[in-house]
Amino acid sequence: MSKPAVRNNLVVRPHVENFIEWSIDKPEVVVMTADLTNSCEVGKWRDTYPDRYFSMGMAEQNMMGFASGMAREGFVPYIHTFAVFIYRRPYDQLAMSIAYPNLNVKFMAFLPGVVTPGGVTHQAIEDIAIMRATPNMTILDTADATEVESVLDVAHSINGPVYVRMLRGEMPRLFDTPMEFNKARVLQQGKDVLVLTSGVMTEEAIRATNALESKGVSIKHLHISTLKPFTDPAVLEALKDVKHGVITLENHSIIGGLGSAVSELMTDNNIAKPLVRLGLKDTYAHGASYQYLIKEYNLNAISLVRAVESLLDIKTNLTEADLIEARTDDVTGDSKAEAL
Amino acid sequence: MSDLSWVSETQEMADRIRVRGFDYVMRNNGGYLSQICSSAELFALMYGRVMKLGKSDAPMIPKPFTGVPSHSNTEFFNGGAYNGPVGPEYDRFLFSPAHYALVLYVALIEAGRMSAEGLEAFNTDGSTVELIGAEHSPGIETTTGSLAQALSQAGGIALARRLRKEQGRVWVMMSDGEFQEGQTWEAVQALVHYKLDNVGVYVDVNRQQCDGAMNDVMQIGDLAGKLNAFGARAFDVDGHDLEALNAPAELQPDGRPLFVLANTDPARGVPRLLNNAPVLHYLRFKSEAEKQAYQQDYQQMAEGVAL
Repeated sequence: MSKPAVRNNLVVRPHVENFIEWSIDKPEVVVMTADLTNSCEVGKWRDTYPDRYFSMGMAEQNMMGFASGMAREGFVPYIHTFAVFIYRRPYDQLAMSIAYPNLNVKFMAFLPGVVTPGGVTHQAIEDIAIMRATPNMTILDTADATEVESVLDVAHSINGPVYVRMLRGEMPRLFDTPMEFNKARVLQQGKDVLVLTSGVMTEEAIRATNALESKGVSIKHLHISTLKPFTDPAVLEALKDVKHGVITLENHSIIGGLGSAVSELMTDNNIAKPLVRLGLKDTYAHGASYQYLIKEYNLNAISLVRAVESLLDIKTNLTEADLIEARTDDVTGDSKAEAL
Repeated sequence: MSDLSWVSETQEMADRIRVRGFDYVMRNNGGYLSQICSSAELFALMYGRVMKLGKSDAPMIPKPFTGVPSHSNTEFFNGGAYNGPVGPEYDRFLFSPAHYALVLYVALIEAGRMSAEGLEAFNTDGSTVELIGAEHSPGIETTTGSLAQALSQAGGIALARRLRKEQGRVWVMMSDGEFQEGQTWEAVQALVHYKLDNVGVYVDVNRQQCDGAMNDVMQIGDLAGKLNAFGARAFDVDGHDLEALNAPAELQPDGRPLFVLANTDPARGVPRLLNNAPVLHYLRFKSEAEKQAYQQDYQQMAEGVAL
C-alpha cells in the first residue's frame, strides 16, 4: 500500500489513497456525495471509479433514498458528506429509508464537533446523541490516520447502517494497530482516575496524561472508537476498578455522547463514583480555529488537568507550558480544507 | 384492432376494489373511503395490466407481525413478497402514500395475491395488515408512510437495476399531496439527471389532502407542466378511463422518467362524500342516520358486483 505523505509528523489526507486501494476488490462499494466531493476527499476516488461514483447534488433527502434503494439491491453506498448534512437535514429519510430497514449504508460524516471553523452550520455537535438514539445504527469515531484507514474494514464488516465520524486533511498517527470493533484502546494503565476519550480529544488527553503521571496522579486512559454499541467489557471493568472517579472528554455535547454513554453504563451497573463530563455544555459553538474553540469550551489538555485536580481535590501546579506542545494547523496549507 | 377485452376485465376489478373497500369502511364504522373511490381504477390497472409481476409465494392469509428489522431479528418478513419474486425480468412496485394501505390490500385480494379473509386482520393488534402499513405489510416492499420517500428509494433501486442491465421496471404509486414535499422534486431532478426511464409513476391526482382541498392547503399548480419542465415525461389523463391510464405505460421508454397523472374524482361512486367537502381525507359518521345513508349507497354500488 502506498504510504500517505507525512509533514511535520502529520499524515496528509490518508483517506484519499487508502479508500481507493481498499475499494479495488469491493465492486459492491459505491460512493454518493452531495456537492462535497473534494471536500470529503473522494475526488480521486471518483476519477478512479467513475462508474461507481454518483453525484447527487445538494439534495440530501433524496440521496438517502437513492442510497436506500441501492443498498436493497446489494450495493454498499458510502455516503460522503459533512456530518451535519447527514443527521440534521435528512434525518427522517435516514431513519425511515435506511435505519428502520437496517440497510447496509455507510455514512462517512466529516467535520465532527468543532474541528472546523465553518461555524454552527458545519459543526456536528449533537450527532452522536441523535445517532445513538436511532435503532440499528452503529457509531464509530476516528482519532488519527490509522483509524481513518482501518475504520473502513470495521464499518464494512457490519451488515447494517454505520455512522463514521471521519477526519480529513492533516492528522497525527497516534496508533500503530488497526481499529477494532467495540474494543477500547488502553493508552495508559493507572488506578486513581479513569479517563475516557474519543475522536480528536484523545490526542488532547495524551498531551496531559504523562504530565499528570509525573505529578503522581495514576491515570487509566481508554480511547473509545465504537460509541454504539457501547458494551466493551473492558470499559465496564475499568469503571468498576477505578479508585476515585471517571472523566470523559469528547468533541461533542455532553448530552447524549460519550459522557452520557458512560453515565448510563455506570447507572445500569450500580457503579456509584464521581463522573465529570467534559464536552460542549449544551451549547452551540461558532466559527473559529479548532485550538481556539477547544480552549474556549474547555475541551483541551489543560482542561483535563483541571478536571483531574477538581475530582481529586488536589493542585498539580501544571500549566499549559508543562504539557506536550499542542500542534497548530497550518490553515493556509495546501492540504487544508477545500472550500467548506 | 387491438384486443380490448382487458378493459372490461380491469374495470370489473376496479369495481370490485371499490365495493370491497367500501364494505370494509362500513364494517369498520369509517375509514379512508375517498382514496378508494379515487384510485380503484389506478390500482386495478397497475396490478391487472401494467406491472409484470411473478406469482406470489407469500401466505394468502398474512402471518402475524414478526418484529421490526434489526441485527438480531432473523424472522423479519418483507411484504414485497406479495408482489412476487425479485428477478431481473420482473417489475417492482413501490407504494408511496401508505395511507392508501386499505386500497392496496383490496387490490391484492382482487389480483389473487391475498385472500379476502386476510383483510379481517386489518388494523387489529399484532397484525401486519396495518392501518398505515410498513414494509412487513402485504404488498409493501419499503417503508414509506412518511410521505415522499418512495420515489427516491425507487430511484436507487432503478439505478442499481440499470447498472446490472435488468429489463424490469420500477413502478411507484404516489399521491398528489406528496408533490408539496421538497424531497419529491429532489427525486425528480435526480431521476432526470441519471435518465432513469425504468421508473414509472402513477399519481392519484385527487386534489385532496388531510386538511382539505389542496388548492386551499397549498396549491401545486400545473403538475404536468412542472414535471415536464424538470425534464420528466408527464401525461395528464382521466384517472377513471382505463385505456387513457394505460396508454403511457405502453410507450417505449425514451430516457425520461414517466409520470402518469391520474386526474380522479375523490367521490367516484359515492357522491355523498362531497357533503364532507372540503375535508374528504377520512370518513367518520356524524350520526346513525348518516351511516344508514352510506349503507344504502353501499348496497346500491354492490348490486351486480360479485366479490
